[in-house]
Amino acid sequence: MKKLSRRNFIKGGLATTAAVAVLKEKKSKASGDFDNYPEGMGVIVDLTRCVGCRSCEAACNKEQGLPEPAVPFDDFSVFDYMHHGEKRRTDETAYTIVNRYNPPAIDHPLFRKVQCNHCNEPACLTSCFVNAYTKTPEGAVIYDASVCVGCRTCMVACPFYIPTFKYSSAFTPRIMKCIFCYDTRLKEGKPPACVEACPQEALTFGKRVDVLEIGKQRIRRNPDKYVDHIYGEHEVGGTAWMYLSSVPFDQVGFDTHVPKEPIINSVKEFLAMVPMVLTIWPGLFVGFHLLATKKDRVREMEKEAELKKAKENDEKEEQA
Amino acid sequence: MLKRKRIMRTALVLSTGAFLFAPGHALSMEAEDAPESVTIDAMAKHYEPVEFDHLLHVDYASCQECHHHTTGVKVADPDCIRCHANSPEADEVSCAECHAVDRFTTKYLLTHNDPELYHIDKPGLKGAYHLNCIGCHVIITGPTGCQDCHTMTEAGEKMFNTGKHAPAKGASSDAHH
Repeated sequence: MKKLSRRNFIKGGLATTAAVAVLKEKKSKASGDFDNYPEGMGVIVDLTRCVGCRSCEAACNKEQGLPEPAVPFDDFSVFDYMHHGEKRRTDETAYTIVNRYNPPAIDHPLFRKVQCNHCNEPACLTSCFVNAYTKTPEGAVIYDASVCVGCRTCMVACPFYIPTFKYSSAFTPRIMKCIFCYDTRLKEGKPPACVEACPQEALTFGKRVDVLEIGKQRIRRNPDKYVDHIYGEHEVGGTAWMYLSSVPFDQVGFDTHVPKEPIINSVKEFLAMVPMVLTIWPGLFVGFHLLATKKDRVREMEKEAELKKAKENDEKEEQA
Repeated sequence: MLKRKRIMRTALVLSTGAFLFAPGHALSMEAEDAPESVTIDAMAKHYEPVEFDHLLHVDYASCQECHHHTTGVKVADPDCIRCHANSPEADEVSCAECHAVDRFTTKYLLTHNDPELYHIDKPGLKGAYHLNCIGCHVIITGPTGCQDCHTMTEAGEKMFNTGKHAPAKGASSDAHH
């Protein structure tokens, strides 16, 4: 029989730990994988159709009861606004905004509508420790202000910078973001207000799988018109709102470096490690320690016994 | 007006009889059969109805550019030709007959989800008008502003916070945020 050295024993032990970790991680990943809601609704935004009329912004403002805008919705000077070198973004007064871009390759501007993309696996939802966010089977990512503590982690977690904080009511914290008109329209089977308002049908509403197919058909039938990519089909694991463009997406304000898998996957491994480290490691390493020091303890005990014996012998000899 | 013309046309077609037995023949409608103007009011809410000068537009575009295969003129789009190369005049030439006002309602989506359906991307009525009109106006440098074709209604001014409903100077919210 091969003798098991101390070094080999520890090596083997560590390998087992690693194996356990890998297996456990795989399992947790599988059990955590969410297969989306197959019946969820979606919208495909076609940048080649948008004319920047801002009807969607106006409709959203009325539907969601948002504050009166600073300038009318038919004022197109807003496209020139720059704030800290950035174009307009959604805020507590606007759940959706349209920005204008002048891509170098084409002779006319393109307009991009921004709103919550309603991710299949939303990072805001995963990051929220009071479960204020819900992804509904209809596809909307909705938010419950009554449980929100105002930590704003969701604002950090969102890859699209969508949730915004209502700083004007800091003591009753409230995140402001597009909710796909869930309360008033989506759950009754109606399209969101912006979709209904769009004159150009730049926003096509339907089941996510169906609008995705429509987007693919448009690219197939007009390969010269569109970039062969649907932004949101795979980005961050897929979003309910997706985009078609005639120029590369980074030229019209899209972050093309977002991961192709859900944001939660970046932390899943770590989250799976936590219970393992906390529960298995203490027992395992105490075991290792006890096993590794057994020989010493036995030797010590033997020594003690010997000493005792010697002592007894000594005492006996003295007595004799 | 469109309807009366259509009835008259149908009567003419029926009386001639022979037309019915010549499918696939290039028996197209004549431009003169068309109405002089059409009032587009199916969705008027935020804007007034459009008085569409049909006669004027006949000079700028051929029938099939707006009516596709429904007027019996051969279509040019290679995708349409595959099925509609010899499509005869259709019973209905009206836009609203094919392009639904309620394009995105559950009812529409449920009744148009046949996996065999080719026209999965048929725009609704509002989309069909704007895409076709503005698309062409951009090319031939026609008017493209919203109010060039239809003036805004009071309801529209309310929705767009403009005109009578424009925000007061120094309004509370800050668009620069």
